[in-house]
Amino acid sequence: MIKNISNLGDAALYCDFGNEVNKSINSQVIKYFKTIKEKKFEGINNLTPSYNKLIISYDLKKTTFKEVKKFIEKINIEDSEKTNSKTLEIPVCCHENFSIDIKRLEEILKLSREKILENFLNKEYFCYMTGFIAGMPFLGDLDENMRAQRLETPRVKVPKGSVALTEQFANIYTFESPGGWNILGNTPLDVFDSSKEDKPNLINPGDTVIFKEITLDQYKNYND
Amino acid sequence: MTNNYLDIIRPGINTTFQDKGRDHLYHIGIPFSGAMDNRNYLIANKLVNNNLDSAVVEFAYQGPHIKYSGEKINFAVTGDVIFSIKKNNAEIEGNCYQSYQIENGDEINILSTNKSVYGYLALGGELDLKFQWNSCSINTKANIGSNDGKKLDAGQRINFKKINSNKDVKKINYINNKIENIRVMKGTNFDYFSEQGKQTFYEKEFIVSKLSDRMGMRLEGPKIENIVNTNIKSEGLIKGVIQVPADGNPIIMLSDHGTVGGYPKIGTVASVDYDRLVQMAPGSKIKFKEINLSDAETLFKLYEMETQNLLSQI
Repeated sequence: MIKNISNLGDAALYCDFGNEVNKSINSQVIKYFKTIKEKKFEGINNLTPSYNKLIISYDLKKTTFKEVKKFIEKINIEDSEKTNSKTLEIPVCCHENFSIDIKRLEEILKLSREKILENFLNKEYFCYMTGFIAGMPFLGDLDENMRAQRLETPRVKVPKGSVALTEQFANIYTFESPGGWNILGNTPLDVFDSSKEDKPNLINPGDTVIFKEITLDQYKNYND
Repeated sequence: MTNNYLDIIRPGINTTFQDKGRDHLYHIGIPFSGAMDNRNYLIANKLVNNNLDSAVVEFAYQGPHIKYSGEKINFAVTGDVIFSIKKNNAEIEGNCYQSYQIENGDEINILSTNKSVYGYLALGGELDLKFQWNSCSINTKANIGSNDGKKLDAGQRINFKKINSNKDVKKINYINNKIENIRVMKGTNFDYFSEQGKQTFYEKEFIVSKLSDRMGMRLEGPKIENIVNTNIKSEGLIKGVIQVPADGNPIIMLSDHGTVGGYPKIGTVASVDYDRLVQMAPGSKIKFKEINLSDAETLFKLYEMETQNLLSQI
């Protein structure tokens, strides 16, 4: 449930569901997100669900913080049906061409490259949310001994397809973008396709993802 | 389709088509986009008798050099922009906030913005552009929108779907006033920063860095000290949020920003100051001034009334 509502600037509500990251809190966030989207409140536009927060943006020309807050506080969340979630295998190449931050990870985690890959690959990760850049999935949870902080200064350019880690999460850069996560490998798969306006995202909240290692040759030939 | 078109002789820097943007796709990671400086976007369209949500050409620093072919048409440039119009080998200097008529063979050469970043070129008619999610705004990072989501390039030809029958030329007296103080509301992680860090944020001067674009504005200057955690669990962002990563240098989220982020938020720029914020060129000095939510709402209302008033004079 929402623990606190505050303002994020003058054109958004910040709904706080707590600080823990787990599937149960995350599914509460998703339920609110879906219910609000269906109700089409005048002035509300963007909704951004994340692990344990929901940000509700509105058009300041049409409504205000007070009005939107009142509306949100009145909402009843019914137990909506389980959405269709799927399990996806994502090929990833961890050749040194791609694993840009492997040295950094080896130092921070105090693990060898082999051990890092063994810990990361062939495991099930849950998709909590998508965003940052179009279609980027936020996947969790990494093993306790695999958790590293973001880079101190984010990179201006992270290559498209980069598979990267931060804290208990993994993600995939769906195209070249700035970013501060630790890059471990690269997938040749298109995780976001803007030509599909209905379903541009390959991975959606609730889905399960398993990373499977491929060689550099397999990577190069993947899209042939 | 008509026989009216534009040929791009020189594209300029970061020249894209923009309109009102996309306001409902943050949840899949697609940002707002749209014209950075909304007021100048609206005025440009009004000056050429377009619908206010029509597509315009947005450029940064240097604009495009364009050759027009077809029937008579109006165009207007807004912002603080230096440009010229070439008709039959005679070149005249153009004025912003005034529409001009051009005809077959005429050229518009947008040389530069003056101590500002963005300018707008509106053309009286409808360009033949692809819409994605109800907007033709180009997001070059995700390659979304018209022109395959890419900046305009030399040698390209852009067709018109139709041109406006109303060819009255119009003019308005307007000057972009520049500001140094940007008003902000406290961010949701304000308490992550030390007393000194908070003071630095409100009292010291920052400089807009060269590494600024439609996604974000990076600032340089005194470091803002964080005493709790330099990371948060990634969560939603909106235009104007100021994040402070571990290096202590603030980054302000702009229209093409990532939809979620994991750096603590020290503040959010008031909507009233957004149009002027985006016009601050690298090297500009910037100072933050705290205001509360209700003042921010009132100030935005006044700004919006002023915008509507300007539009009604055209």
